[in-house]
This record gives sequence, C-alpha cells and structure tokens, in this order.
Amino acid sequence: MSSPTTQPTKLLVKRQFYTFAEPPQTMQLDSGAQLGPITLAYETLGELNQERSNAVLILHAFSGDSHVAGYFTKEDTRPGWWDSMVGPGKAIDTNIYFVICINILGSCAGSTGPASINPATGDFWALTFPMVTIGDMVRAQKHLIDHLGITKLLSLVGGSVGGMQVLQWCVDYPHMVRSAIPLATTSRHSAQAIAFNEVARQAIMADPAWNMGDYYNGPGPTHGLAVARMIGHVTYLSDEAMREKFGRRLHTGSLSFNFSGDFQVESYLHHQGKKFVDRFDANSLLYITKAADYFDLEREGGNLLINPALAAVSFLVISFSSDWLYPTYQSKNIVSALKKNGSDVSFCEIEAQWGHDAFLLPNARLHGLISGFLARMRHEHSIQ
Amino acid sequence: MSTVYNKEAGSLRYDLQVIASWIEPGARVLDLGCGSGDLLAYLKTHKQAHTTGIEYSEERVAHCIQRGLTVLQGDFCREIRDYPDNCFDVVILSHTLQQTRNPKELLTDMLRIGRRVIVSFPNYAHWRVRLQVLFTGLAPVTDQLPYEWYDTPNIRIICFKEFKRFLQHFGMRAVREVAINTHHHETRGNQVRFLKNLRATFGILMLETAEDIHLYK
Repeated sequence: MSSPTTQPTKLLVKRQFYTFAEPPQTMQLDSGAQLGPITLAYETLGELNQERSNAVLILHAFSGDSHVAGYFTKEDTRPGWWDSMVGPGKAIDTNIYFVICINILGSCAGSTGPASINPATGDFWALTFPMVTIGDMVRAQKHLIDHLGITKLLSLVGGSVGGMQVLQWCVDYPHMVRSAIPLATTSRHSAQAIAFNEVARQAIMADPAWNMGDYYNGPGPTHGLAVARMIGHVTYLSDEAMREKFGRRLHTGSLSFNFSGDFQVESYLHHQGKKFVDRFDANSLLYITKAADYFDLEREGGNLLINPALAAVSFLVISFSSDWLYPTYQSKNIVSALKKNGSDVSFCEIEAQWGHDAFLLPNARLHGLISGFLARMRHEHSIQ
Repeated sequence: MSTVYNKEAGSLRYDLQVIASWIEPGARVLDLGCGSGDLLAYLKTHKQAHTTGIEYSEERVAHCIQRGLTVLQGDFCREIRDYPDNCFDVVILSHTLQQTRNPKELLTDMLRIGRRVIVSFPNYAHWRVRLQVLFTGLAPVTDQLPYEWYDTPNIRIICFKEFKRFLQHFGMRAVREVAINTHHHETRGNQVRFLKNLRATFGILMLETAEDIHLYK
C-alpha cells in the first residue's frame, strides 16, 4: 500500500565517470611522477545554460565524494552529503546553477586512488600509487571541466580540504574562475592540523592488518582506520559542542569498571569509526591527509594568493567561531592576502558552536550568505 | 537646505545623503562601520561605485552580503592596515570617529589607503551642550549625544573648530565641509553657514593630505 502522505519528489542523480591520460599519455604530478590513466567519478545537477556560464563547482572535503546532493534511486533513503545546501530552490539552486562535484584524485569513491587497479600490473596500486597533492587533484579536475566544455566557472565552493582546492584553483587557473567561496579552511596547513593527521596515519600503519598497504585481499586495517576516524572526529567538534552533545552522560546505566566504554562520547566515536570503515579506504586516508599536510600557498616567503590575476575574482571567505582545526585567523590570513590584489572580497565569521563540523550542518546564515553572494555574481555577470 | 541633494537618496539618513552627493560616479569606496549597508547599496546602484564595507557585527555583515554587498567582518582599525596605498578613491567614517581609541592613527591610515576621506562627527561645542554644562554642572545629554557618562560609546570629545585645528597640525586639510544643525538620523537636514562651532550639531568633512605633509612628520 502506498503511503497516504505525499513525499516530495526525490531529486535523482547519476554517478558518471571520465577517464583521461590514457596510454601513451600521462598526467604529470607535483612530485615529478607521471600518472595515467586517471578516472574521475563526478555528478552533475541542474542544466548547463547555452553560454555555459552558470557552472558551480563544489569541492568536497577529505572523506567526501561526488554525491553532493539528491538520491541515486527513488528507494534511496540517504541523500548526498550537502543536500541541505544544494538542490532545487536551495541556497545553491539547481534550478539556476549547473552544479558539478568530482571525487578527488587519491580518494576511493570512484576516482583513481590507491584502492584502484593499476592497469599496467593488473594489481591494486596500494603504496605504489604516487603521492598526490592538492595541486594534482585540481589539475585532474581541470581536465574534466575542459571536457565538459566550460571555460569559466561561475563559482567554486568548498569547505576544509575542499576549501584548499578552491584556493588552489584560484592560484593555478585564475582566468577560469569568476568567484570563489572557501569555507572553514586555510591557505597553509598548520602544525596542529599536521599533528592530528600524523596520529591518524600512525593509527593505521600500526595496525598489523595494514601490511605495508597491501591488504586488499584481506579484511584490512579496520581497527587502525576506525581509530584514525575517531581522532578526526575529535578535531571536527569543539569543547562546547561535546559538552552540549554528550557532557559526562553515560552510554550504559552505570559505570562498568572495565574498558568497554562508559561514556556517550566514547560510543559516538566508536560508532563514527565503525561506520567509516565500511565506506573508506585506509590507504586513501594516508594519501589525502598527506596532500592536506603538504598544502601551503605561502611557500618560499611569497604568498600565491597575492597575484594580480586574482583582482578580477570575487571571494566570499567564511569561518566558524568554534572551529579550532582551521581557526578564524587562518581565514583572515586569506582575506588579508586577497586585499592586496584589490580583489572583491567579503568575509564573515559565523557564530556556531559545532566546531569544524559546522560548515556541513544546515545553517540559515550560511545558506543566506552563499545564496546572496551567488545571486550577486549572477547579476554582475548577467547570467540568465 | 536638504532639497539640493539627489531626490532618490531621500530615504537615506540626511548625513549619508550629503556624503553620497560628494561621491564621483564609478568611485572605489570603502565604508568603515557600514552597518546594514544602506549607503553602500545607494552608491552601488546610483553611482555605479565599487564598494566595500567593514562592519563588526556578524548579523549586519550577513545582512549586507545577503543583499549583494561586499563586506568584511572585523575591527576596521585593524582591517584597513593591510590594504595597499591609494587603493580607494574615498574612505568613509560616518559618526564613529568619536568612538575610536586612536583617531589620529586611524585618519592617517584612511588617508594612506584612500585618496580622500569623508568623516562626520557630532559637535560637542553646540550651544545646547554648552548651556547644559553651564547650568546643570553635569555631563551633557542631548539628542545627538543621548548617553550618560557611564554608558557612552563616545570616548572622544570633538568640536568643529578643534577638529580643523587638528587637521592643520597633522598635515591634513578639509576640501569640503558642511555643518548641520538637525539630527543625523533624520532624512531631511539643515545646513549652518555661520557660527558653525556654536550652531552645528554635527559636521561632515572631506579630507585629503596636505601637500606639505612632510613638514609635520
């Protein structure tokens, strides 16, 4: 029997694939290595207009994927990771914009990464996969954007590692960018952020099942990966968020006087760790966290964001007050550099208690800022 | 009288109407403490100005960005430091100078990043203020300065006459000025042409660096 309540029609999306750098070609990486062939998984929502001028590229964070919004099937119960932001009538309105989201190089949700098969050997890449950087991820994305026939992106939007890609795009291909929205991010990964990433990597590598990365025919380092994710989740919350969400509340009725995990915060972290093991590859975590750690736009005393070519790009930089992984001062450093170009730059620090996680949670202020900014871009560039 | 200014600006506060009338079309404008962005929105629409605002309150910043303005959240005394020299045609500071800790440094910074500065402030030498002090022996409370000594954000006492002396002393000069004797929140106003220091409730001045500024450094 059908339900008497009418469900809103589900926005259906399809994962697509694009392969390039096929033999004899390869793509040069920042490390000097050559990689090919490269497959990127991506999804699009909305329609590309005739002038191809309404494209918004969304860059996902470290553990994200191309499934930004909508559902794969009518029966599907879980929408994409940013469904509150992206869709018809939402802040990034798919009735107006052509939205693209691409799984990053080195990840494990359809794009080429250490868990893919190396066609030259017929075996998993594992640790023979070359080290990739944020710059390499962006270079690969550019191949796909070129393939889609888009010469100028109306906007780039991304938080965290996605925000790093937004900035890298601006630095590497400023003439392809009209506007950019880096959220909860940094122009150089801090010692503190590197420290947490290293602990996460060590948790994986200390798991005997990791086996120097060669585990694809077995269960893999599930425990190490779960611990790595638990560490990640600590950095995504805040003291205030944890106090509010868990306090010292017990998971069970009373203290157990053993190590089974008494507190709700423990069971939350265990749950997050366990969930992650089912969907993410341990080697991908190693590669992507390393790429984030290498990210630094202020190498060699200069700042790559200070570039006259960026004078024509409009920016909306957003930070969250309780984010201690990428604190507000790091967003302000981005703003400070952009001011020197005479770039059109707006900045807002959103008061939010949820730590770094805040950028992914539904938030009326964030939605308003992004929709208002995009509407101005549309207006200023006369986009229908 | 108020009618000399652009009629479309009629819904703006009177002091902002005066300021708007001084902005050249297409100018690059920075408004310090831009609030809800009314002046910037007007300048963008009617003067095709390239506008940026700086505002402290998250709520007002979000309001401005949502309505399509370029605004940075922060303390403007700090935020203006990392702009390059002369990157604006006009830098505006409306009714806030009296609340700043270091007005001299601020005005110097404003004139570094902007070719010209427009500043407005309440005149403490207005006759009502003088009479209040004289007859009540208490700190003055007026329409323009509606605060008690313990809750006022106005930490600087500025008089029209004294401000002009200040400019001369620090190598700045006023290229335009008006003295007004109505409340700055109203949409119509009245200009004072003589005995300004006694009769004006507030003043608006356009400043630039005096050419012989090196003499004062």
